[in-house]
Amino acid sequence: MTASAIAAAVATRKLSAKEATEAALSRIAARDGVLNAFTDVTAERARAKAAEIDAAIAAGKSVGPLAGVPFAVKNLFDVEGLPTRAGSKINRDRAPAARDATLIARMEAAGAVLVGALNMGEYAYDFTGENVHDGPSRNPHDPTRMSGGSSGGSGSAVGGGLVPIALGSDTNGSIRVPSSFCGIFGLKPTYGRLSRARSFPFVMSLDHLGPFARSVEDLALAYDAMQGPDPDDAACTTRPAEPVSGLLSQELDGLRIGLAGGHFQTNLFPEAAEAVARVAAALKVTEVIEVPEAARARAAAYVISTTEGASLHLDRLRTRPHDFDPAVRDRLIAGAMIPAPLVDRAQKFRRWYRAKVLELFTSVDVLIAPATPCIAPKLGQATFMLDGVELPVRANIGIHTQPISFIGLPVVAVPIPLEPMPIGVQIIAAPWCEHVALRVAHALQQRGVAAAPAPRGVLENGSRSA
Amino acid sequence: MAEPWDDYIDAVGRALGLPIEEAWRPAIRANLDVSLKMAKLVDEFPLPDEAEPASVFTA
Repeated sequence: MTASAIAAAVATRKLSAKEATEAALSRIAARDGVLNAFTDVTAERARAKAAEIDAAIAAGKSVGPLAGVPFAVKNLFDVEGLPTRAGSKINRDRAPAARDATLIARMEAAGAVLVGALNMGEYAYDFTGENVHDGPSRNPHDPTRMSGGSSGGSGSAVGGGLVPIALGSDTNGSIRVPSSFCGIFGLKPTYGRLSRARSFPFVMSLDHLGPFARSVEDLALAYDAMQGPDPDDAACTTRPAEPVSGLLSQELDGLRIGLAGGHFQTNLFPEAAEAVARVAAALKVTEVIEVPEAARARAAAYVISTTEGASLHLDRLRTRPHDFDPAVRDRLIAGAMIPAPLVDRAQKFRRWYRAKVLELFTSVDVLIAPATPCIAPKLGQATFMLDGVELPVRANIGIHTQPISFIGLPVVAVPIPLEPMPIGVQIIAAPWCEHVALRVAHALQQRGVAAAPAPRGVLENGSRSA
Repeated sequence: MAEPWDDYIDAVGRALGLPIEEAWRPAIRANLDVSLKMAKLVDEFPLPDEAEPASVFTA
């Protein structure tokens, strides 16, 4: 069931929050042995919250738009009572979180029920969904493939139908990549739109939080529940909430849509090109718009990420280097060695690039670009062949997402259900125009072009299919 | 024969108080090489003296 259907059934007493919660806990018990999406299942807390909602309904009180909807969060969100591990071994020694992250509190204020915390790449420095401490989260359409990172457990849990909504973070693509690989919808909102308070950071300049879902309506419901200013996050906007759920069905007439050219049309496997072509055909888009210096933007995002990440983890690199995933440690140590003027230049270039891209948005409302260059690679796969050239997988998964998050543009990743594996397309809008990207995503869903395919990699008894 | 970045890795490692084990060196060197190539792309782009960084701090 979708989140919208669960909330409607719970509000009209056709289904209790308890039943919805128990169903999610049963699905997790049946399927997570294969998917490895969850690192913590908060069953006791979930049952207490569900009972609270059912009691409120029985007492005739109004309940929120997510009443009884089970959801889960990437394990970098603070969950009261759990140490916020952020995919690491080291953070397990932290004190249990005293208070939930702002976004969890807002989801629960709207009636949603937290059922657990989700696997992720260590410290979010990852595009694969693999984790040396917890094992990889697995792709729900083929468990021998990657879920995508770093919000791999979020992609796996929603793609595998364990929960209708999950939350994740996106610094360079970590919502859009798992959405693409797992065949689901993901929203990376405008930088500063959603509060990051009480979530474990990676790159403060680029960190965003956002929802995953199996339909655009559910994505919008979660997003609306989480909007609004928060003084606990210095980068969070003071703009009031701008709800989008009522706007999804608006006609696209008058919207100017273009295909991102150049950098976004190179280094693509045929599946990625096919997915973009399907979206373009459905929207009758032919105009190609060059995004200036996109490859350089990706390089600058890389520099800012590796250096801010190194700064964040410097003390842990000094005192507990053996407790890191060695691949993450060696990247962070290298990041600590980048000369400071180059980082300052990357931040100056960022402002230049932002101005150029904002100019584009005076003549276009939406840009279409691939979310990933490829479908989900095999777990452990180190290289792929593209145009006869062998390229490293990890470094290339985010080439099309990085130039977009670099300047905080809102993006909906929409799943195109190709066979045998789905792949995502980015619907990109101007800052603070999430509603525009969501309208286009909704139209693609209505036209049957974008859809979250049913998981084929897991059976109810928890064994692998095929 | 020492690799080109080894002296630099040792010096910056010392300056930052970062322990660096020999076994890690090839991976750190490879990552540094990629990161500096990325940084070079940024470095080569001409920006005016008046260019402001994109910080989020507001007083």
